[in-house]
Amino acid sequence: MNAHGFVHRYGDNVDTDVIIPARYLNTASHEELAAHCMEDIDKEFVHNVKQGDIIVAGKNFGCGSSREHAPIAIKASGISCVIAPTFARIFYRNSINIGLAILECPEAAAEIQGGDEVSVDFDTGVITDVTTGKTYKAQPFPPFIQNIIEKGGLLNSLKQG
Amino acid sequence: MGMTMTQKILAAHAGLDHVEPGQLIEAKLDLVLGNDITSPVAINEFEKCGADSVFDKSRIALVLDHFTPNKDIKAAEQCRQVRRFASKYDIDNFFDVGRVGIEHALLPEQGIVVPGDCVIGADSHTCTYGALGAFSTGVGSTDMAAGMIAGKTWFKVPQAIRVTLHGKLPKWVSGKDVILHLIGEIGVDGALYESLEFTGDGVKSLSMDDRLCIANMAIEAGAKNGIFPVDEVTLAYGKDRFRREPVIYTADDDAAYVSEVTINLDELRPTVAFPHLPENTRTIDEVGEVKIDQVVIGSCTNGRMEDLRTAAEILKGRKVADGVRCIIIPATQKIYLDAVHEGLVDIFINAGAIFSMPTCGPCLGGHMGVLGKGERAVSTTNRNFVGRMGHVESEVYLASPAVAAASAVTGFITDPEKLD
Repeated sequence: MNAHGFVHRYGDNVDTDVIIPARYLNTASHEELAAHCMEDIDKEFVHNVKQGDIIVAGKNFGCGSSREHAPIAIKASGISCVIAPTFARIFYRNSINIGLAILECPEAAAEIQGGDEVSVDFDTGVITDVTTGKTYKAQPFPPFIQNIIEKGGLLNSLKQG
Repeated sequence: MGMTMTQKILAAHAGLDHVEPGQLIEAKLDLVLGNDITSPVAINEFEKCGADSVFDKSRIALVLDHFTPNKDIKAAEQCRQVRRFASKYDIDNFFDVGRVGIEHALLPEQGIVVPGDCVIGADSHTCTYGALGAFSTGVGSTDMAAGMIAGKTWFKVPQAIRVTLHGKLPKWVSGKDVILHLIGEIGVDGALYESLEFTGDGVKSLSMDDRLCIANMAIEAGAKNGIFPVDEVTLAYGKDRFRREPVIYTADDDAAYVSEVTINLDELRPTVAFPHLPENTRTIDEVGEVKIDQVVIGSCTNGRMEDLRTAAEILKGRKVADGVRCIIIPATQKIYLDAVHEGLVDIFINAGAIFSMPTCGPCLGGHMGVLGKGERAVSTTNRNFVGRMGHVESEVYLASPAVAAASAVTGFITDPEKLD
């Protein structure tokens, strides 16, 4: 399982209120949530994001509310992976549960720049910045987590056995 | 090595004698909670995987508190979906408009959570119940769905930060100032993946409302949970209230902590968190001149009876400043009625404030007090992120009910001591 795309870069403590503002939480529609993803921190995100793109951010990504709408909005917008030094714990759990790949890697998060082309090998945890040629190593997901992500989330993985 | 309070509760719910930090366990759940925003997503997941029953209809709480009374058609549809689910599975603790209160004030008030419980809730402020000596933590909707089906979930056993409280709070200083001070000290990720375990001789001086407020904002330091020891204050609060027998856990003397923080309550000052992070704290003496447009007193953090009494003590015989909207929201129907009977509502309305029905509304920019461009609010709520209460260019200053009420009177962020 791999990810490959261009990087959208953000700072520390990106909270779930800016990932998906509460004014849009009156729906559970993935498409509607994706249409407002990152709106309060980056109005251009939804216009610029392409299928497979990657978010690289600072520490404590996804802090704040437990809204699962936040990783849902990111995933539904086309993002294939989020890389940060640390994630807020509820966001971390939610991301895996809905099948959004997220990797903790302080070195990659510090060095990879917005617009860089990046690929991720989830089997090995190797992150490659194709633009600079540098590689980084994150802790790879164990097989059962990879299975959840491949099946599109925890309950999908249970249903499909 | 001994165990912390949190570790003991988790071990007991996993059927283990001992757990270590970092260990992955599967724990039985005493309660699974959701609200009108998170439950629809959970119900979709529940139905997607073909579930046709819940593990225990008395151990699920569905609370329609965020966008209620329905703020728009979409919110109404989300509530309908939860209402249908609650009816289909005959959920005992389903709270709809008329009975509903803000979940984290309502469930303790109704005795639905008791000491020693292991609780998950699809709301990040589920950590509030740590005030009762329960392990409780926020999760997402998928975990809520799985919890409703199986009555258990997996946890990574957290290590803990010990927060030792000494002394007694001065006048006009409250639990809110304790937790804002702590977040200012350790930062919004200072307790990431960890427990905050409160202890020390200062605990006994804190009321249950103060403890609920402190535990409520543990998540704002990134913590998995915040927890208080069970003492006479807890048991007095629970008398004729707790619906199940409490189980009291105490930390071992040789429990290990990753770090220690000590707070002398006597020395604390009213504390304000400036935009746009709860860690941007200043004491009231360092605030300077900050003009405001709105005050909100309420929420799962500060919408309890003591909070309203404090606000009333300040607003009695005074007026809300021209150009300021002061919105006061009791967290539950019981608090609403008590405020009526104690004459607090007369005080609020005579002062020029509005007194509304229970709702989370303005805290998350939902309804009942959304901010416009460039507007500033002093709020007793829990988050001041960009756009949290409305327009992306609005600002939220987090403070106690005392500071919020004093600020409503002057139109500037104000030390309650300095009111005429």
